[in-house]
Amino acid sequence: MHEMSLAEGVLQQIEDAARALQFERVTAVWLEIGQLSGVEVEAMKFCFDAVMRDSIADGARLEILATPGTGWCMQCSMTVPMSEVFGECPQCGSHQMQVTGGTEMRVKELEVA
Amino acid sequence: MCTTCGCGSGEVKIDGDDHHHGHEHVHADGTRHSHDHAHDADEGHDHAHDHAPGHRYAPVHSHASLAHSHAPGLGAKRMVQIEQDILAKNNAYAAQNRQRLAERGIFTLNLVSSPGSGKTTLLCKTIQMLKGKASVAVIEGDQQTSQDAERIRATGAPAIQINTGKGCHLDAHMVGHAMEKLALADASLLMIENVGNLVCPAAFDLGEAHKVVILSVTEGEDKPIKYPDMFRAATLMLLNKCDLLPYLNFKVDAAIEFARRVNPGIEVIQLSATSGQGMDDWLAWIERGSALAAEPTAVAAEARAGVR
Repeated sequence: MHEMSLAEGVLQQIEDAARALQFERVTAVWLEIGQLSGVEVEAMKFCFDAVMRDSIADGARLEILATPGTGWCMQCSMTVPMSEVFGECPQCGSHQMQVTGGTEMRVKELEVA
Repeated sequence: MCTTCGCGSGEVKIDGDDHHHGHEHVHADGTRHSHDHAHDADEGHDHAHDHAPGHRYAPVHSHASLAHSHAPGLGAKRMVQIEQDILAKNNAYAAQNRQRLAERGIFTLNLVSSPGSGKTTLLCKTIQMLKGKASVAVIEGDQQTSQDAERIRATGAPAIQINTGKGCHLDAHMVGHAMEKLALADASLLMIENVGNLVCPAAFDLGEAHKVVILSVTEGEDKPIKYPDMFRAATLMLLNKCDLLPYLNFKVDAAIEFARRVNPGIEVIQLSATSGQGMDDWLAWIERGSALAAEPTAVAAEARAGVR
């Protein structure tokens, strides 16, 4: 979607955490990226490296924790897997689906020194 | 911008004012400093630090050697839990805007679409038709020029232009500043015309009550499934330029079906800002929202009166 903006957001959180928790180097970053979040993982990796350069997370390893997309099918009245936000229910084929999971974009944890 | 957005921090202008923000760096040796910077899109966000004489930290600043080394002696590694949304900062500003707007009963809409869908024409028409009924103010977002704000001001409504420079969307922080500059009336209507872009504005909450997505019938009817994030984020889809339908192959039913595939709850109004058809439905939709938004103010006013 706009991975450069998101990578800037990640750096901001790292810098805030560095102030609050008193660490000086970040060697690895775990991001939780939902399958339906609109984030392109390859683009994120590219932007991450560019944005972290010259920061306390310069050269940090990026680990992506992908969370699966899920939706509530109004026809079946149950939670089913979804691979796209306009996906159809794998049980009944309906598009009457409300996304319930997989939209996460979170900084999970950092490995720091 | 200054917080979450990477697309052109030093470039944002709110009606001519430079809106510069610095950011703070914590370096490997523990020193901190802040600086402003602007950059071109093609440079990416990788920027060189000028540590020429005059830099406060120059003597102790072993940026190149320390920061890039993973040598032992830097201390034991440990894990730190963050568990925070990447857009947390923007969302915090948005929550602040939303609270300020709610306290004053201001109904706020974030209008999003591709460039050329007729947002500004629709806004002008809406303001003209609301004249004497509601007080309207507008925040205009564009990469460059204040032409749109001027078009709005010509209708008599106060408008403020935000130029995002290289940025592709408005964020809650810019909008918060713009709100301060606009003299917003209590229980009024605030319309935010976002940058013409069906991608990035979807993720950035500005503090609005609703996102309203405008799709014109001169575009493809499959836009809702090509750009699903935006149509999923919107409460209402306005199908604009419907006066042109006789000349086009646009399939209205298909467009609505695509939109509902992405967002089963989305409301749809077919209209034309040029011919005026459907405008009454749109105004009625706004009126219902405004009445709901203004309610707390009325209650609060009564409460204040009761105390006296």
